[in-house]
Amino acid sequence: MKPLVDKELCVACGECIDACPVGAISVGDECAEISDECTLCGMCVDACQYGAISMPDVGTGADEDLSRYKGVWVFVEWRHGTVHRVSYELLTVGRKLAEKKGTDLCAVIQGHKLDGVEKDLFRYGAKTVYVVDHPSLAHFTDEIYGNVLVELVRRYRPEILLAGGTSTGRSFIPRVAAMLQTGLTADCTELDINDEGLLLQTRPAFGGNIMASILCPYRRPQIATVRPKVLRAEPLDMPVDGQVVRPDLPEACFVSRVEVLEEQVLEGPGANIAEADVVVSGGRGLQRKENFAMLEELASLLNGAVGASRGAVEAGLADPSQQVGQTGRTVAPALYMAVGISGAVQHVVGMQGSRVIVAVNRDPEAPIFDVCHFGVVADLFEFVPAFIRKIRKERGEEV
Amino acid sequence: MHIVVCLKQVPESQNVRIDPKTNTLIRQGVASVLNPFDYFALEAALTIKDERLDTKVTAITMGPPQAKEVLMDALSRGADDAILISHRAFAGADTWATSFTLAAAIRRLEPVDLIVCGKQAIDGDTAQVGPELATILNRPYATYVKSFEFVDDSHLKITRQTDEGVAVWRLPLPALVTVLKDVGEPRPRSYRATLRARRYEIPVWGPEELGVDEDSVGLKGSYTQVVRIFSPERKKDRIMLRGSVEEMVDELYYWLKEQRVPGL
Repeated sequence: MKPLVDKELCVACGECIDACPVGAISVGDECAEISDECTLCGMCVDACQYGAISMPDVGTGADEDLSRYKGVWVFVEWRHGTVHRVSYELLTVGRKLAEKKGTDLCAVIQGHKLDGVEKDLFRYGAKTVYVVDHPSLAHFTDEIYGNVLVELVRRYRPEILLAGGTSTGRSFIPRVAAMLQTGLTADCTELDINDEGLLLQTRPAFGGNIMASILCPYRRPQIATVRPKVLRAEPLDMPVDGQVVRPDLPEACFVSRVEVLEEQVLEGPGANIAEADVVVSGGRGLQRKENFAMLEELASLLNGAVGASRGAVEAGLADPSQQVGQTGRTVAPALYMAVGISGAVQHVVGMQGSRVIVAVNRDPEAPIFDVCHFGVVADLFEFVPAFIRKIRKERGEEV
Repeated sequence: MHIVVCLKQVPESQNVRIDPKTNTLIRQGVASVLNPFDYFALEAALTIKDERLDTKVTAITMGPPQAKEVLMDALSRGADDAILISHRAFAGADTWATSFTLAAAIRRLEPVDLIVCGKQAIDGDTAQVGPELATILNRPYATYVKSFEFVDDSHLKITRQTDEGVAVWRLPLPALVTVLKDVGEPRPRSYRATLRARRYEIPVWGPEELGVDEDSVGLKGSYTQVVRIFSPERKKDRIMLRGSVEEMVDELYYWLKEQRVPGL
């Protein structure tokens, strides 16, 4: 955002140059020009005796016709040659919201070398797929991804915009919301349309102790992010007969002040816990690092990954890449086994979306039993090896 | 170099509950603390000050008068200056209105080379204020920063955490970063700084000092509106297994098969 210079009123006198504390103004042949150094302090607005400079509108109520905004958009995240699963989950909920509003579901995808990507998005009900394919989108930067999405929103005016609560979405969507001067609700666990036709966004706060339902009544689009695996992805039986739009965007959109030097994919025991269908996590109850081997064995039998509580990571029993919870990763596998984990709120928020939760703990009062589906009050050092033996026996393996 | 650290005072989240009768937050008896992630933001700024002696660190916070406590804490750990942004009109701010207000304060503190925030606050957990603040101030930013170093006087090389690994960026100053705990173990309060903090008069800035309209801050300046708060549903369909270890093993196996858990 920058102050607006009215070219008709500006006489190129240069008064504003001296008024600007950060040296962001220069005067060309016809009018004052404001560079990216601008901090929107407003000094130039007061300095201009011709009233040629004004501040962009901020913080006020509706100043345009909200009914001009139509349709539900999903920002589709492209990761190293595939669509991130959260995008399918969002298209699924987006389709239901669009049906309820009697409007269309559209997808926006940014990246490089995106040929043929639309087919998968039609399977999830996107009637229009906006594709922006540009070399500068090969690597994520908040600036370019934000600029492009803002440009598209300004051009096509969706009423609702959904994005994944990933490290990408959580980083650049706030930029999009701020540039568009609209509301944003992060990490929603439920999305619906209320009686007035507004997007009802429900999300946890205070570490999951409280749920809040939030509206964005006077601004558009209404923007929400949802964490991966919180919602279900359901493709249609028949793909819709949709269209692809490849908007021509000004080159200015593709300029970033940030330069990407390098990107690395994480190695480490916890690298795949966010994607695994089964996660077996250990807490302080494991007592020693070596005891995690038994969780490794169980996890590998179930084709899953091993996670850990913050307590276990801080005690040096597990690798930080394995940490599940508020300060670690959010997982929502089909099966989550919490072994020797007491179940502090900060851990629970990272796994409560799991389909089936099994808790194994010696202490019957442990809070983990409040959130589990199946509770086992037992000594984990007896129970886990016995459970491993049971699985092997059922498979006819030698025990 | 001038660094501004944005701090937030939060209730200790584990203890916040809803009063079932009034459906409002029970904050009584809940201690207020500095948002744990903000200690790392402060530490990041102080680390730079350790190396670059001409650095000034200003801690700012928006909140009720008692939010001054977190500024005192920051001063006691080595921050040079502190500003409390406090006024009734600021109450009820969503992330936009908060960012807008902080931006107005930072403009009054210019020139500011670097703004440092924690990765998120533990009460709202939105992680939005950092990026929104940077955007309003028209600065580049990087979120989830694990480590950083100066390439030259006006560029940082930062490593940011992503879902799959890390990304290394060259970030020109002035900029904003939100940092993770990897930036360094927060230093304790120092005796000398604590003595100085006790004598330090923390300025309080309201809408007038910031030059912002009261309608553009707080609840009135917010774009989002909380319409309902409620307690999350507790699991009612919980099954506690009984019997010996062998019996529980058999029963769990049965239930997981029944639930069609993959891998079994």
